[in-house]
Amino acid sequence: MMRTAISSLELLQPRSVTEALRLLRERAPVLPMAGCTDLYVSANLGTLAERRLLSLWHLDPLRRIELRAGVLSIGALATYAEIIRSPLARTHIPMLVAASREIGSVQVQNRGTIGGNIVNASPAGDTLPVLAAADATLVLRSLDGSRRVPFGRFYSGYRKTVMRPDELLVAVEIPPIEGRQWFRKVGTRAAQAISKVVMAAVRAPRPRIALGSVAPTVVRVPKTEEALSAGCPIEEAQALLQSEIAPIDDLRSTSAYRRRVVANLLARFWEQTA
Amino acid sequence: MRFTLNGRAVDIRAHPLKRLLDVLREECGLTGTKEGCGEGECGACTVLLNGEPVNSCLVPFAHVRGAKVVTVEGLKGRHPLQQAFVTEGGSQCGICTPGMILAASALPEGVTRGEVRAGLAGNLCRCTGYSGIYRAIEKARSQATSHRPQATGRR
Repeated sequence: MMRTAISSLELLQPRSVTEALRLLRERAPVLPMAGCTDLYVSANLGTLAERRLLSLWHLDPLRRIELRAGVLSIGALATYAEIIRSPLARTHIPMLVAASREIGSVQVQNRGTIGGNIVNASPAGDTLPVLAAADATLVLRSLDGSRRVPFGRFYSGYRKTVMRPDELLVAVEIPPIEGRQWFRKVGTRAAQAISKVVMAAVRAPRPRIALGSVAPTVVRVPKTEEALSAGCPIEEAQALLQSEIAPIDDLRSTSAYRRRVVANLLARFWEQTA
Repeated sequence: MRFTLNGRAVDIRAHPLKRLLDVLREECGLTGTKEGCGEGECGACTVLLNGEPVNSCLVPFAHVRGAKVVTVEGLKGRHPLQQAFVTEGGSQCGICTPGMILAASALPEGVTRGEVRAGLAGNLCRCTGYSGIYRAIEKARSQATSHRPQATGRR
């Protein structure tokens, strides 16, 4: 049963990205919606606060996955299924394909979008450590033009981003990634589970390691990365890692469990990419 | 709003944010699509949207504009999977069955048992223990695969 009275909701259905940007500005407050795999859970539970929604689903230009001068551009509307099927994504960022395969179920992968995962800003978002480890750039557009925000500067706090209400996330840009990519999600089961801990990493001369569900936002762990690149033993890196995360007890796991699993994942990453 | 439902062009009036699940059951009178959890976890409300399984409890009606929707009624009781679910004990209480069959119908050909399990990971069954379901899917697939629900499109 849907616990939100839909008669109280209004849906704006723009035919172009420009029209969407205009509606965002002129009809504020407006909540953009794409695959609805998260938003409709709130609507069904009756916890959706917004009353005016903007559907992006039919804006196909935002769905493209393409390579431009070595940089992989993934449209914000690309679904997990489209990323899994994309030869470009498989070649350039296999850790994103791995993450996409473990999100929800086939039903969710057919509807959920990478842009939704990013702007939803959950600390447990499974693609977020991947994008952090990839040093991705987010392309935000408004009627005033576009700006590019490094992924590491996008989140300003728990479920908070630097995006303005009149901006739309239109694409994610992935620079070429040197080094072996690694992804691991730890949850109660392989499908339909929200992560207890999720980690993505790149084994470059200076390794890049990002973690989800261990802090208010997705985090990179620069001290750990530095230690590993300087040749520190893994035990020291594991100890250092503990100082760079702030996991909590919640309904999915405990802080102590998360700390232990994160240390194990670091060792496993290091061993498997040696 | 116009879309194709089980192979027929239809024009249905409903609020654009009404769940596809509710439009199918209430406006279209097709009650084969079941509501389980109402939050995209159980897959009972699975239908095919342009050939791909989706949870109809998470699809606003506006998103099916111009699309092809297939519900269990569209299989007309004659799909090999439906027959195999009967003979192999793939169905007990029946709530998960329509979604299970539609999700199974969208699996690519030649998949392994492991790939069937992964493909159906979003369809929960609390009765069968899944063995009968996997057996039914394998039986249906070993038979003639000429009866496909519809051509698959993108999105």
